[in-house]
Amino acid sequence: MNQFISLFQASIVFGTVILFGAVGEILTEKSGNLNLGVPGIMYLGSIASLIGVFYYERYAENPIPIVCILIALVCAIIASMLGGLLFSFMTITLRCNQNVMGLAFNIFAGGFANFYGGSLNKLAGGVGQINVLATSAAFRTKIPSYQSLGPFGHLFLSYGFLVYLAIFLAFAISWFLTRSTVGLNLRSVGENPATADAAGINVTKYKYISTCVGAAISGLGGLYYVMDYMKGTWDSDGSVEGLGWLAVALVIFASWKAPRAIWGSYLFGMLSWAYFYIPGLTRSSQEIFKMLPYIVTVLVLIVVAYQHKPDNQPPNALGLPYFREDR
Amino acid sequence: MMKHKKKEPLFRISKSGFVPLHKAWAIRIGALLLALVVCAFIIYSIIKLNPLKVYGTMFQGAFGTNKRMWVTIRDTMMLLCIGLGLAPAFKMRFWNIGAEGQVLVGGIASAACMIYLRGKMSSTAVLPIMFVCSMLAGAIWGFIPGYFKAKYGTNETLFTLMMNYIAIQLTSYFVALWENPYGSNTVGVINSRDKFGWFPPIFGQMYGLNVIIVLVLVVFIYIYLNYTKQGFEISVVGDSENTAKYCGIDVKRVIIRTMIISGAICGIAGFLAVAGAGHTISVSTAGGRGFTTIIVAWMAKFNSFVMVLFSALLVFLEKGAMEIASRYQLSDYVSNMIIGIILFFILGSEFFINFKVRLRQRYAKDKSQ
Repeated sequence: MNQFISLFQASIVFGTVILFGAVGEILTEKSGNLNLGVPGIMYLGSIASLIGVFYYERYAENPIPIVCILIALVCAIIASMLGGLLFSFMTITLRCNQNVMGLAFNIFAGGFANFYGGSLNKLAGGVGQINVLATSAAFRTKIPSYQSLGPFGHLFLSYGFLVYLAIFLAFAISWFLTRSTVGLNLRSVGENPATADAAGINVTKYKYISTCVGAAISGLGGLYYVMDYMKGTWDSDGSVEGLGWLAVALVIFASWKAPRAIWGSYLFGMLSWAYFYIPGLTRSSQEIFKMLPYIVTVLVLIVVAYQHKPDNQPPNALGLPYFREDR
Repeated sequence: MMKHKKKEPLFRISKSGFVPLHKAWAIRIGALLLALVVCAFIIYSIIKLNPLKVYGTMFQGAFGTNKRMWVTIRDTMMLLCIGLGLAPAFKMRFWNIGAEGQVLVGGIASAACMIYLRGKMSSTAVLPIMFVCSMLAGAIWGFIPGYFKAKYGTNETLFTLMMNYIAIQLTSYFVALWENPYGSNTVGVINSRDKFGWFPPIFGQMYGLNVIIVLVLVVFIYIYLNYTKQGFEISVVGDSENTAKYCGIDVKRVIIRTMIISGAICGIAGFLAVAGAGHTISVSTAGGRGFTTIIVAWMAKFNSFVMVLFSALLVFLEKGAMEIASRYQLSDYVSNMIIGIILFFILGSEFFINFKVRLRQRYAKDKSQ
């Protein structure tokens, strides 16, 4: 039982990182913009929040938790929105190929984040590890006295507030896309921009805003990664990048439906940590088990394509640039 | 009328149609120079040194000594080889972002030959076997997503991406299996004593064979894509699948065949990385090159000779930036940042080749007409 609880908790922590990434990417992709730069956006979100909080914790004698949280959130959102803005400018205004731009963006953002991450480690001195304990603790503040509720409390109430924010955002985005006029307009831009344009919808504006807001949400995944998953430290082994790619895969797994991404992300988390809880694995066979989330994604890709349900298809104009004078 | 005038946008964008080659290249080179200026500002803001001097350092980093020059050449060849592998797939509009994985499985195959065939044959006899094994491994890794794309229309971008991670885990598995010394979690240099399965020096150069293999591939891919029936089929499928079907081209077959070729060449890149460069295998054997080369292939419009130029440029930038990093005690990652910025400029410059931008004309000018 204890083992199950700890696996469950680990999966939710893992899942929340990619859930943020995927929810943001769903919003972006619904406008027809395929942002493969999610790993890069998450890099930016994580490093920006870390830098902001690092300086605050350094100069404040007693960091106030709520201020820590606000600084981290604001930094992460601004940085990832700027990333989204750069991506939008290049793909929407300059009409670059979205895939190529996404990959170039990852190279840039990965370099940027690890460069500043490394410098911060150096600035922090000592063992060469930066640590923003106060903020990380603030982000990991749990609902008081959750233990008194037994296993239920441990399974569902033992997380920082970002876990619940991610779930809330998933439902909110889903409501926005399916139940509001603006969401309907947004989806029409993703399905057929020329028709949307003819109906008087400002395609450029919709694409810009949804890509930037989507990037901000994805960036929160980076924030959660650094503050909760890594407990306020920086490690340049590129695991944010791997998680970012999983977030992109999760979008497909969830077939562009945010609520489906919730359990999908926790399932990915469970598959990723499964090796840790299966007894009797050698170090080499553990590596084989770590393949599971990727293999499952591949299987889902095949099944979704095989079934060919109209409900599960990507937005029709996904990845295509729109130029009004094109036929 | 007045209301109408207000709505006229500041810029008017239109397609530019045919652009002469020299003008297109002038725009690209202009973008590159602009990128270098922007990077100079960034470098200056970080280390407060004369950027021109820093660029001089870059040059030294890439070509400073004979050895450095050969390392630059070796890495260019590696990047080029992957780019050549990607070109057929991308020309077919098949987004193969799985080069990373295809290189890794090729590398695993080579390393396996080096480890298990040692002592059973001579070092020159094993090289062709390694070549074929790596090619096959890469071909299988390319075939799987190609098959499912052709058969069920799966999304190839994500499929190939996932294949990367599966290959990375497979590499970790073999690293744990072959680790040497025990407990180090690295394979170490394979056969360092008798150099079994290493490329022999050619004309006294360690990396001579790398250059020869890749240059042969450059010519092969150029001819294959431009002057053969299969190459023609690839470009028809890439431009319009419906046209291809109408012409009686078996689209599924072309997709699968092209992906096998694409994967096989990336597998060869893995062979070069293991037998001709690192003599070891690790998860960073491909080192993100699978992604970087996509940009190389894309910018070169899949022309293999132009690819030589772009891969040399990228490797030069990488080596140069690494030299800056070590000389001024910065983190290595600064090179990725600089490369990223330069890529943005080069990608952005395509817009000014494909489109014409006109500023809003003055009201008075309108009136007089």
